[in-house]
Amino acid sequence: MYVAVKGGETAIAHSLDLVADKRRGDRDVSELSLEQIDQQLGLAVDRVMTEGSCYDRSLAALAIKQARGDLIEAIFLLRAYRTTLPRFGASEPLDTTRMVAERRISSTFKDVPGGQVLGPTYDYTHRLLDFSLAAAGERPEAPTAPADATHALPRVGDILQRDGLLEPPPSRLDGEAGDLTREPLVLPADRPLRLQNLARGDEGFLLALGYSTQRGYGNNHPFVGEIRYGHVPVSFVPEELGFAIEIGEIEVTECDMVNQFAGSHEVPPQFTRGYGLAFGHVERKAMAMALVDRALRADELGEAVTSPAQDEEFVLAHSDNVEASGFVQHLKLPHYVDFQSELVVVRALRAEVEKRLEQAALAQAAE
Amino acid sequence: MSSTPLIARRQRWLSVLAKAPGTRLASLWQVLGPTPPYTVLRRPEIGLVMVQGRISGTGAPFCAGEMTVTRAAVRLDSGEMGFGYVRGRDTRHAEIAAAIDALSQRAEWADRLEAAIVTPLADEAEARHRLIAARAAATRVDFFTVAREGGA
Repeated sequence: MYVAVKGGETAIAHSLDLVADKRRGDRDVSELSLEQIDQQLGLAVDRVMTEGSCYDRSLAALAIKQARGDLIEAIFLLRAYRTTLPRFGASEPLDTTRMVAERRISSTFKDVPGGQVLGPTYDYTHRLLDFSLAAAGERPEAPTAPADATHALPRVGDILQRDGLLEPPPSRLDGEAGDLTREPLVLPADRPLRLQNLARGDEGFLLALGYSTQRGYGNNHPFVGEIRYGHVPVSFVPEELGFAIEIGEIEVTECDMVNQFAGSHEVPPQFTRGYGLAFGHVERKAMAMALVDRALRADELGEAVTSPAQDEEFVLAHSDNVEASGFVQHLKLPHYVDFQSELVVVRALRAEVEKRLEQAALAQAAE
Repeated sequence: MSSTPLIARRQRWLSVLAKAPGTRLASLWQVLGPTPPYTVLRRPEIGLVMVQGRISGTGAPFCAGEMTVTRAAVRLDSGEMGFGYVRGRDTRHAEIAAAIDALSQRAEWADRLEAAIVTPLADEAEARHRLIAARAAATRVDFFTVAREGGA
């Protein structure tokens, strides 16, 4: 049990001042602007928006600056801020087929319609430190090539789906999708709720779980059906207007993972799917999410639930890094009273054990 | 004008206005010169819209995460009401979008606003998309599959 403490105001105030001072760092070094964070640390901004579950680049940049680059702290700040805002409603579902893609790859089909477009990827870098970046300098603009003006990019899933080799995704549900920010999670959760949980979930946690499925803890033989990253419009129906308008464009990463499935009594052998969607360019997260989404379908697909990644309660209850870091870090708060009571108990137990040993020794001596 | 073409125009305009950079819209609005006065019905308000995705891109919807949105409502002295909904937290952006939405319902303003604001912004958005697509196209790859000897 935690018993509250009082006092320490001055020390806490000075600690906050010290945080602010450390945040600024050496005053001879120019201060970071939010625009610099947004533009030059864009992938950090993307992660904070995704796990902060709030698409706003400048807010995420501010959170990163305030948290001195501690992304989980920044995610916490963004989550806290969003609770102060009213909800206008829910968007129409994104149509990612209409994406103006910066990147689109498939590892299942070489000649995928629309082509394999690498986009800005670290995949083919050599992971050698580039010391030229240590100095400021002019950087060349990226090259261009003639492009399809319609931006048409057929979905890889649709190609396999046509032949019945790939399960179609579950179609539109009755009523609105559940929302974890409105009602607490109840298990078992349906797939839309699980996906919302995973979309907000910690990248590291999901990465480790996804990796565990590949290493055999709930293996389901994944292939990247398709990954795409780019710009999609968000449609919304304001109640005053009564018709849909696009209220802006956002960047998202989507991963449609294709997995082996041996079939069941009802379903012939076919490929199944897991899905990942994240704000910005957050590819590792989207892939991990898709692996874990598929693993969590074990029950639905009649597979044995034997591994952590397949255990809905384990995954969904531990995926949120705001909750996790809050509970782990609360251990730093004064637990003096709590610990005192434990001390009393341990001392009493020790005294009892010592007494028993003494008595045993006396008894032995008497014999 | 029947309601359907008017709705189609408002839909297109509001979408173009929302997707434009707020500063760019503000400068075009300023260049336009004097516009009919309006009353602010709802001061620009910052809030959230829950963005929904679809399972595997085409299936059932799910809540993917929220985005910040700013909205505003205005009424012209002649009675037309306008509404602006724009991504982000730029209150000026939302108010100008609302004012233009109101003016779009007045025939004498529609052509002028189309030429001075909506068409240029739509062209600029298309140019941004073309640049994204052209840069992506330069990274299109054609991998060779190296078949194992013996055709395994």
